Amino acid sequence: MNTRENKIFQVVCHIIMILLCFFVLAPFLLLIIASFTDEQAILQNGYSYFPKQFSLTAYRYLLDQRDYIFNAIKVSFIVTLAGTFIGMCITTMLSYTLSRRDFPLRAILSFIVFFTMLFNGGLVPTYLVYTNVLHVKNTFVGLIMPGLLMNGFFVILVRTFFTTSIPEALIESARIDGAGEFLTFFRIVLPLSLPILATIGLMMGVNYWNDWLNGLYYITDPSLFSLQNLLNRMLQDVQFLQTNSNLGANAAEALSKIPTTTVRMAMAVVGAVPIMVAYPFFQKYFVKGITIGAVKG
Amino acid sequence: MKSSRFRKALRFAPLMVMALPGLAYLLINNYIPMAGLVVAFKNYNYAQGIWGSEWIGFKNFEYLFATKDAFVITRNTILYNVGFIVINTFVAVVVAIVLSEIAKRVFNRIYQTVILLPYLISIVIVSYLVFAFLSADVGFINKTLFPALGIDKSIAWYSEAKYWPVILNIVNLWKGFGYLTVIYLSSIVGIDKSYYEAAQLDGASKLQTIRKITIPLIVPVITMMVLLSIGRIFYSDFGLFYQVPMNSGMLYSTTNVIDTYVYRGLMQLGDIGMSAAAGLYQSLVGFILVMVSNLVVRKLSPDNALF
Repeated sequence: MNTRENKIFQVVCHIIMILLCFFVLAPFLLLIIASFTDEQAILQNGYSYFPKQFSLTAYRYLLDQRDYIFNAIKVSFIVTLAGTFIGMCITTMLSYTLSRRDFPLRAILSFIVFFTMLFNGGLVPTYLVYTNVLHVKNTFVGLIMPGLLMNGFFVILVRTFFTTSIPEALIESARIDGAGEFLTFFRIVLPLSLPILATIGLMMGVNYWNDWLNGLYYITDPSLFSLQNLLNRMLQDVQFLQTNSNLGANAAEALSKIPTTTVRMAMAVVGAVPIMVAYPFFQKYFVKGITIGAVKG
Repeated sequence: MKSSRFRKALRFAPLMVMALPGLAYLLINNYIPMAGLVVAFKNYNYAQGIWGSEWIGFKNFEYLFATKDAFVITRNTILYNVGFIVINTFVAVVVAIVLSEIAKRVFNRIYQTVILLPYLISIVIVSYLVFAFLSADVGFINKTLFPALGIDKSIAWYSEAKYWPVILNIVNLWKGFGYLTVIYLSSIVGIDKSYYEAAQLDGASKLQTIRKITIPLIVPVITMMVLLSIGRIFYSDFGLFYQVPMNSGMLYSTTNVIDTYVYRGLMQLGDIGMSAAAGLYQSLVGFILVMVSNLVVRKLSPDNALF
């Protein structure tokens, strides 16, 4: 192959990828710039990549409202940490039992896990069970438990890892040395499984951090709003203001006292930044999670 | 005999204990709600609960399928999913091939990091991003893009249903193509290098190797991924259809899908019977589709089948 053709080919590939990266990043860029723009400039010229005037008003406003926002961040952290921790515990323990070839109920229990991936009750009965039987409305349980704590998919992934990567002889020899099941699991199996634990732990963590559905279904008390629910609410409340105003210019004036258009963007920045900053460091694990998930679903 | 069985039970008791929390969760979170699907055949009232309410047979379904909604939500759900599958698969395959051809590993990694980012952003934030572009009074498109292109009008995006099939396909592509690209890229990376070396010795051009080696060798993976998506064609991403159009009532004709219909029936209209009926309809048809698509996958490539 001649190198000239090869070079042109490389350039074309890079151009395509750079355009794509632009397509991906452009909305974020608009969001960030808009959050630093002066409110009046936006009301006149709209959200823009090259605003007429920069301003920190939106972030100052958020700082004034910090009790509300810090509380939402706190709720998001508690839910993410507690949910991921409990979820990891019950997922790995169940997976370990299912990975043991000598366990007599292995087949039937695996089927019970597996079937949940094929068929589900859907929103209505799930909602009725959680609200009318378990009474999770306006509790942390309502944010942590429904839907997210454990899913069959992760159980199957971890089980597959245990069966293929932890030699049976190792578990057998631990047993001969007198180690109980729990000791074997925590001291031998888990330390050997760190890659898969990191992968599913991160995926669970992101699911919890991004979750807004449980809040939408089960939470009405604002002190239990997670960051996502607060964001969701703020999007709707401004909408509410707009749909209820047929006053035209007056409404715009009233709105401009609170810098709504920029505050909204600043809030979204606050919500997006943690993931955007943390993600590149963990990218390897996400990619791994996606690819093993696709191959061995 | 009895004592040996007892000893066996005792030996596996710790394993059973370890499995219990997970199984209890599946019982509460999955199996009891499955049984609760009977609510679709009942005239639900809160005082009597799921089990105590009166049976009314197929009445809820008769009402549901007598409305125009049943057709609209089914059509929307299926058409959007077909659009998503076609567009995202095409883009992801092209991008994966382009990425795999990039020689410098550093760039490869950077590009991959960027395109996967939207996949990890919550749909609530995505709806803010979309709003920044589409807001009628202050949106980028009405205020900057249209004037720059010399288009002298402003479109009320959130009240004109006809634009949303395009908007939602773009948003879904933006959010989802990185994920699929990663999957296809990993299967391209897995192709035996000796094919390419042989092709190079024979003087094949880049485009020829892509057409004659890369694409044929990833077709099985594409087929499998498409079939698995077809199995999920009756489900949709609730947030994409509820949050991104900001739950705007004027857009229902092109944004209402089964998932949003069920949610609105339950939470906003309090019409539990109808929304339970729609939910059961989704669960059942969804189940059949998953089974059929898996059957086909197993025929083609047993390794990739779910079971």
